[in-house]
Amino acid sequence: MAASTDTLERETKLQGMGSSRLRKEDARFIRGRGTYVDDIKLPGMLFGAMVRSPYAHARIKSINKAKALAVPGVVAVLTADDLKPVNLHWMPTLGGDVQAVLADKKVCFQMQEVAMVIASDRYSAADGAELVEVDYEELPAIVDPHKSMAPDAPIIREDIADKDNVSHGPRTHPNHIFTWEAGDKAATDAVFTSAEVTVREEILNPRVHPCPLETCGCVASFDKPTGQLTVYMTSQAPHLVRTVVAMLSGIPESKIRIVGGDIGGGFGNKVPVYPGYVVAIVASIVTGVPIKWIESRIDNISTTGFARDYHGVGELAADKEGRIKALRFTALADHGAFNSHVSATKLPAGLFSICTGSYAIPKAYCRVDAVYTNKAPGGVAYRCSLRVTEAVYLIERMIDVLAQKLGIDKAEIRRRNFVKAEQFPYTTSLGWTLDSGNYHAALEKVLKAVDYEGLRREQAEKRAKGELMGIGISTFTEIVGAGPTKVCDILGIGLFDSCDIRVNPTGSAIARLGTMSQGQGHATTYAQIIATELGLSSDEIQIEEGDTDKAPYGAGTWGSRSTPVGGAAAAMAARKIRAKAQKIAAHLLEVGEGDLEWEVDRFKVKGNPSAARTMKEIAMAAHTSNLPDGMEKGLDATEYYDPPNLTFPFGAYVCVVDVDRFTGETKVRRFYALDDCGTRINPMIIEGQIHGGLTEAFAVAFGQAIPFDENGNHLGNSLMDYFLPTAVETPHWETDYTVTPSPHHPIGAKGVAESPHVGGIPCFSNAVVDAFAHLGVTHMDMPHTAFRVWQQCKAVGVDKR
Amino acid sequence: MTRKQTVSFKLNGKTVDVVVEPRELLIHTLREKLLHTGPHIGCETSHCGACTVDLDGMSVKSCTVLTVQCQDADVLTIEGFEQGGTLHALQEGFTTQHGLQCGYCTPGMITRAYRLLKEIPNPSEEEIRYWMAGNLCRCTGYQNIVKAVQYAATKLAATSA
Repeated sequence: MAASTDTLERETKLQGMGSSRLRKEDARFIRGRGTYVDDIKLPGMLFGAMVRSPYAHARIKSINKAKALAVPGVVAVLTADDLKPVNLHWMPTLGGDVQAVLADKKVCFQMQEVAMVIASDRYSAADGAELVEVDYEELPAIVDPHKSMAPDAPIIREDIADKDNVSHGPRTHPNHIFTWEAGDKAATDAVFTSAEVTVREEILNPRVHPCPLETCGCVASFDKPTGQLTVYMTSQAPHLVRTVVAMLSGIPESKIRIVGGDIGGGFGNKVPVYPGYVVAIVASIVTGVPIKWIESRIDNISTTGFARDYHGVGELAADKEGRIKALRFTALADHGAFNSHVSATKLPAGLFSICTGSYAIPKAYCRVDAVYTNKAPGGVAYRCSLRVTEAVYLIERMIDVLAQKLGIDKAEIRRRNFVKAEQFPYTTSLGWTLDSGNYHAALEKVLKAVDYEGLRREQAEKRAKGELMGIGISTFTEIVGAGPTKVCDILGIGLFDSCDIRVNPTGSAIARLGTMSQGQGHATTYAQIIATELGLSSDEIQIEEGDTDKAPYGAGTWGSRSTPVGGAAAAMAARKIRAKAQKIAAHLLEVGEGDLEWEVDRFKVKGNPSAARTMKEIAMAAHTSNLPDGMEKGLDATEYYDPPNLTFPFGAYVCVVDVDRFTGETKVRRFYALDDCGTRINPMIIEGQIHGGLTEAFAVAFGQAIPFDENGNHLGNSLMDYFLPTAVETPHWETDYTVTPSPHHPIGAKGVAESPHVGGIPCFSNAVVDAFAHLGVTHMDMPHTAFRVWQQCKAVGVDKR
Repeated sequence: MTRKQTVSFKLNGKTVDVVVEPRELLIHTLREKLLHTGPHIGCETSHCGACTVDLDGMSVKSCTVLTVQCQDADVLTIEGFEQGGTLHALQEGFTTQHGLQCGYCTPGMITRAYRLLKEIPNPSEEEIRYWMAGNLCRCTGYQNIVKAVQYAATKLAATSA
């Protein structure tokens, strides 16, 4: 039956799924009325300023607080010795290691936290921090991870030197953290031995930083009479933080409240628990007043939440037609001085084994060796799921390397290796079951849109004239939505997520979730999901996240898990409500439940459309005595959703870049991005997420890196040096889409925000390398700055006029 | 500690008096003493523009302006944009064109765009990108920010015509 104008009108009014409705959260942001952590001001609040190590590796011989304590306004100076009595000078990390909260006898990276000065305002705190005198004895530092496991390498972590296991299997050296592998090594090696063609390339994902515009920080407030601890915090995962704080402080979890508030961007930086939070909490417990600690930008880039630093080796074995027969990828992972890498317990290298990408590769093996260095700890997922950018970068670069070796077109080699649409669900040789996809269709749509053949002709003409033009292709598959609790947990807690919906008598609703928006627009998109499921207007559905006293437990927002897990929880909770509403409607209409059908916002009697009850009417009835016998009052439901699988968004991107061979300057002339994230909830928001992800990919590919000198000194930790693209250098983005719903997700959605970052980075690199492909160049490491590209021009002799 | 000084200036049209150390930065005075938390701190080194305010008809980064420099000045922050319950065209543009995500850069962006449109009422995309380059955004990729500024330019031109 064709939908009548009336039902269409009612559906449009809901502004539910598929609507590009404007965002509900904007009202406060455009007025400057967001509540970010540094906006919190509590009575009696003091400020903390961190004293940090100037050395990358040194023993602390003494700390003299006297001069700092003499500064007017300074209340206290806390060091590891002050945290010891409460056993908080060390803390567990999300990677199964321990980390010094304040340096305990030695420092292991430059800018490591040594002491915190607590003072009446941020100026006095900074004055005090300048005057804390620390006497160091410098030790030799390890900066290059390739040197970490040398027999005579200095031992970075004396505290665990005699431990043969730091949570992830046997260690072979005091600076070794773990070795993780997946796949069939013997079978893979055998294919390589007999293959017609093999290619090998060393490929670096340099150390970078997510650098959200708001740095990390918190306001810790301990109320002595009640024993209640409230922490306002820039956290992407407030519930996990609450659990960690309970574990390390001994305060009952019921007396800890973490409040997320508005978050000024996260991109992975705001998942872990950082020393500053812990010291602020201790300081509040000690002083009895609230303590604010906010990172400076330099602190942020130097110490909290670096990403990548994966030194990879990619190898492919194929036949002469370019059909890949086996894949062997390894990576040396630099985790810095403590393994505070954010990882699920069973996945110390995250989801690196998604590295077979969009291709049907019969045999595969991958291995990651993680080591300590004298650099900042961590390894967060910068706008990606754990280690997915690293994996996708390797496969998307390597397939180009193979194409060049065989002289096969870079689009054609992908066609020959794609998993075919009819093969889904497809289980890869490394064990992931890709839920759905249509890779050929996506690629062909993009090639047609950009006139790929025309671009290749233009490139040939330019090459004939000595000009450099590159065409990059990336046909990536992401893995997001961690995840099934049988596969993924952090500190033993499964990575489910939750939604609690309460429908009010007048037919509005409030929903609370365990995720945490940082700009993704959850208040809008979750409301749209619930609007469609319940037939209530998304305008009247309020979304709350981030306050652990209010929201049900969930693992937070990272790894594009909000839509795959939180969004699924929202749909499932709404369906529980709708099921109850159907019973109420049947009662009110005096028919059987089976006689009813759902239409947009109401249950109507089949064959008698005038006999109907709207969800609004049912909501009111649910709060009256007129209910079926024995039915509970109210119209609420809670869902804790444990996804059966991860979701696998994919895309096909093409980038066209012009390179000035005399200066090395690159210009992205065109970037066309087709994303398939399954069912689309709000196209406007999706497009915005893709613009942002591509821009962050552009930043990584063309400029971001955190360099060190041989002594472990940072050589670029302010925004003077660390590249954040401005509007001038950011390219114009063209977006497109196909829709291949996830078969296992309640609404078929897959998550989108990370795809453009994960898929974008190799696309840019592939374009830059492609500009040099005719000159025999198969790989260039990021970042593709003008200086580095110019060096390449020089190396192949095209820089002369 | 150096002796504190009283500084008087106009903040969004109203005269305010503050007592500050000579070294106090305008962004801290605005946020902590005057409770105008719209302008944000992103870098404290003048790179990011999250703290942008309008000072005597110029866009400035208030993380590198001393409050004592503001005696008798006219300061406009994001809090001064909505008038009598009506949004400024830029505020309307940023929401209708989806020119913001996390919202952290937004007050600085809008304040900077306000001055840009005073100086160039009908800017091209290239001009918008160039003259907004002192304000960083990590979320949007700027494309919709450009659209937001264009929306406001068109609307302001129509209302002043």
